[in-house]
Amino acid sequence: MASLLLACPALPAAAEPSAARQKELIHLVRQDCGSCHGMTLQGGLGPALLPATLAGKPAESLVATIIGGRPGTPMPPWHQFVAEDEAQWIVARLMTGFPQ
Amino acid sequence: MKRALQLLLPGLLALLLVACAGTSVRGTGDLGLVIERAAGHVALVNTSFRSAYARIGGLGDLSHASVVYSRDARYAYVFGRDGGLTKIDLLEARIDKRVMQSGNAIGGSISQDGRIVVAQNYTPGGIKAFDAETLELLSEVPAEYAPGQFSKVVGLADVPGNKFAYALFDGGEIWVSDFTDPKKPVTTRYPAGLQPYDGLVTPDGRYYLAGLFGEDGIALLDLWQPEKGARKILEKYGRGEEKLPVFKMPHLRGWSVAAGRAWLPAIGRHEVLVADASTWKETGRVAVKGQPVFVMASPDGRQIWVNFAFPDNGWVQVIDTLSGQVVQTLQPGKAVLHMEFTPRGEAVWISARDDNRVVIYDTRNFARLGEIPVDAPSGIFFTSRAARIGF
Repeated sequence: MASLLLACPALPAAAEPSAARQKELIHLVRQDCGSCHGMTLQGGLGPALLPATLAGKPAESLVATIIGGRPGTPMPPWHQFVAEDEAQWIVARLMTGFPQ
Repeated sequence: MKRALQLLLPGLLALLLVACAGTSVRGTGDLGLVIERAAGHVALVNTSFRSAYARIGGLGDLSHASVVYSRDARYAYVFGRDGGLTKIDLLEARIDKRVMQSGNAIGGSISQDGRIVVAQNYTPGGIKAFDAETLELLSEVPAEYAPGQFSKVVGLADVPGNKFAYALFDGGEIWVSDFTDPKKPVTTRYPAGLQPYDGLVTPDGRYYLAGLFGEDGIALLDLWQPEKGARKILEKYGRGEEKLPVFKMPHLRGWSVAAGRAWLPAIGRHEVLVADASTWKETGRVAVKGQPVFVMASPDGRQIWVNFAFPDNGWVQVIDTLSGQVVQTLQPGKAVLHMEFTPRGEAVWISARDDNRVVIYDTRNFARLGEIPVDAPSGIFFTSRAARIGF
């Protein structure tokens, strides 16, 4: 946990999703985000979401992209399916290596 | 005498087959394969027995994998997301050859003469041509649409004359590459529109259509008169209304033409667009349950089967092409990713990724004919694709 906070200093400490919800979020990211970003998150129509490619990007802007989408690109807003603290949890995991 | 011959003939034939090559001699017309996307395996299947007969692993990242078939319908070429290109022998149920051809790929196609397999790549953006027999690299066409700028390539399709048509997502163009000399392809460029996301060739090989994501409309190139350039059809179908979010890009392939009309997914609308396939004017639209992903005509053109993007991906709807109405709504399972008709369309196979099964339906009465357990199935590809233009 300490290393996670060090890696993502911009993120406020948010409540972690429950274990069951984490499983759902991992599935959502790998399968549905994976439609464009690749199941292994190495990119496709959308960019790669690996720690190396995300390094240096501010976590808040990544959270905002998940929640609100990116107009002018195919990235849709996911706020109907992902709450803000869940998006923070996803971004923190993406930046450190996303679970299988 | 004639009757005796009739009685004997099957036995003689069987003997002949055994004498020639053991009991394994068979055709491949009722075979195919299903991608197991998570595990990097493919399941080899038989549509006569509705069963899987082998499973092959070691194919790498198969999310968004697609397949084309050799001219003799014996070999499947599997294009993996990670740039792997694997040639599988359906009869011997083994990998014949495998190469890593790029860093990030989404599909491929095979030439009219069956000698060239071409992969379309995101990274580095472009297409690469391989010898269909040996998988040796023959040539490549980088999708450099402006100096130093490379585009992701989408919608690659074979067209008559040993040419391939494809679209440049970032470049906004349709390119046609002529592989008459496989080592020196000649490419012609046509401006198309904003962000083409996929393409298709009509079953006769005449028209190439590129669906546009960045604007309402579809770019159409008449390959019989390419000098006229690409023009837009179904322009402004969104009527200026705000688009609904698109949680998965639709796919186009050459089977959305049926009953003289083209049936195409709208972007950001829960509709199937219908256009006359000779004038290309809109003739109607069909309201459906979600954002369409695949809009596929049955081989006889009587039905259009539609699946949907997340979160409506548990549904499949069937449109009757005579009435233009949705006549059936099905729930084959969780996360329906793909559908494939048997060669003459008496049945359709549907993959339900999150239920780990392929479900088979009778297309006449929509009865469930059976199901096959498959690990996270995505694309289903039958050998009947081998003889089709645009694949």
